[in-house]
Amino acid sequence: MNPAIKINNIHKHFGDLHALKGIDLTIEQGEFFALLGPNGAGKSTLISILAGLIKPSAGAISVMGFDVVSQYQKARQLLGIVPQELVFDPFFNVREMLRFQAGYFGHGPENDDWVDEVLEGLGLADKAHTNMRKLSGGMKRRALIAQALAHKPPVIVLDEPTAGVDVELRQMLWEFIKKLNRDGHTIILTTHYLEEAEALCSRVGMMKQGEIVALDSTANLLNKFAGKKLRLTLGDVFLPTEIHALLRGQEKGVFTFALSDMAQIELVLSVLRTANIKVIDMQLNEADLEDVFLSLVGQQ
Amino acid sequence: MTKASKVSLIKISPRFRGPWTLLKKEMLRFWRVGFQTVAAPVITALLYLLIFSHVLAGHVQVYQDVPYTAFLIPGLIMMSVLQNAFANSSSSLIQSKVMGNLIFVLLTPLTHFEFFFAFLCAAIIRGLVVGLCIYLVAMWVVDIHVIHPWMIIAFALLGSALLGTFGIIAGIWADRFDQMAVFQNFIIMPLSFLSGVFYSIHSLPPFWQKVSQLNPFFYMIDGFRYGFFGQGDISPLISLCIVGTSFLVLALVTLKMLKSGYKLRV
Repeated sequence: MNPAIKINNIHKHFGDLHALKGIDLTIEQGEFFALLGPNGAGKSTLISILAGLIKPSAGAISVMGFDVVSQYQKARQLLGIVPQELVFDPFFNVREMLRFQAGYFGHGPENDDWVDEVLEGLGLADKAHTNMRKLSGGMKRRALIAQALAHKPPVIVLDEPTAGVDVELRQMLWEFIKKLNRDGHTIILTTHYLEEAEALCSRVGMMKQGEIVALDSTANLLNKFAGKKLRLTLGDVFLPTEIHALLRGQEKGVFTFALSDMAQIELVLSVLRTANIKVIDMQLNEADLEDVFLSLVGQQ
Repeated sequence: MTKASKVSLIKISPRFRGPWTLLKKEMLRFWRVGFQTVAAPVITALLYLLIFSHVLAGHVQVYQDVPYTAFLIPGLIMMSVLQNAFANSSSSLIQSKVMGNLIFVLLTPLTHFEFFFAFLCAAIIRGLVVGLCIYLVAMWVVDIHVIHPWMIIAFALLGSALLGTFGIIAGIWADRFDQMAVFQNFIIMPLSFLSGVFYSIHSLPPFWQKVSQLNPFFYMIDGFRYGFFGQGDISPLISLCIVGTSFLVLALVTLKMLKSGYKLRV
């Protein structure tokens, strides 16, 4: 079985800027994959190359075995992309836009049942005959997602789909996307809401300055990069240099340390004892994806 | 499934649904704002007809046995056909680019040829609809005879195709509305006004006659008018060859631009 997405040594130059520096990545069919990274890491450039909107300087990408440049028609048939920008066509209503979008991919009236299912699933059924111009921001976002799904693509890429939308929509959207994933669709997600990626995705790739700096299952990443999170309330003190490497954050006298194992708790406490620093309060939590993200890409 | 759905399933095979959908969307786009895209140019052309025929009828005789008002009508029809064919493809593309919704088409498996075909056909259709409306209204004002209907059809189709193609080039090239206005105000408008819509180029001094022959709009207007009156400033076959060749050249340039992704795919 061909992988859903195979990215092979992709480079992209914009003048002097080397935006993508030899990305290699394979996403299997049926995966729920998160692509994370700070702004400017190259996520959107990579997705645009996948979508055929940007041409790669070198390397190749295929969708279920079809090259996105030389076999673009077959590759795009299999791909549904939700763009990051909130764009719409002001001349048409929601149902018309979905029918057009399905039509571009060769689907006719036989696809109407699926269009109805998408409208229902995204809570757009009662807005089907509303002009795109008259929709609220959240509704426009739903319509944008619906458009990407109109031709029932097996591989779905969501580029920041929940940026600026309310909690209710996010919940509804994720329920619908999870159902699509259960039905066999491959989902690739970029998001700034790391808790979403942690809750939904089985595998995570993290990008930094045009490179993949981490690629593993979500569980492995959490274990590998930040096992525990120790929050100590110490007040207004100077932290001894021996434990600076473990420090991940500091705010109003509360210091957060990322620990790879339990033995490091004793190390931190003994250093503080030696420095005669009193621990006012202590909390020990499991680390989350945000800690992994910060430890990998946040220290710039 | 509704009866209408069954009919459309039979008529359009899945292979052609993509370009057909884009064409349908482009036609609906101009039809939804029909007052602006069809009624307004018809009214403008009729105002030209009213004013110029009122001022010049009886003073100017261009062809023998052809009143000036009748002479004016084919030129006005063709000028409107050309201007509206250009406006359709160019305005649709620049609007889609500026608003960002062109991405919905760029993400699809449509080929560069299908993209070209859909935008071209929509431009031709809008040009012909406007031209036909002007003709139907003008028929009430002046008695117009048609001598070579196939010549009229050939020039209307080729002329609107040429300008529709030029509109696609302008729409791809321009990034802003003011850049598009340069095409409209400094190319399309002067070339159409100086093409012999309101006069025969034989009434011009020899130098300006030569200059007029460099204007591709002249051949389209003159050939189209020949279809009505059986007389023109130049042989209609020469005009047909020039217009046809110009269309083929521009179509090849446009297809090359679309295939390379010029300004559409970085």
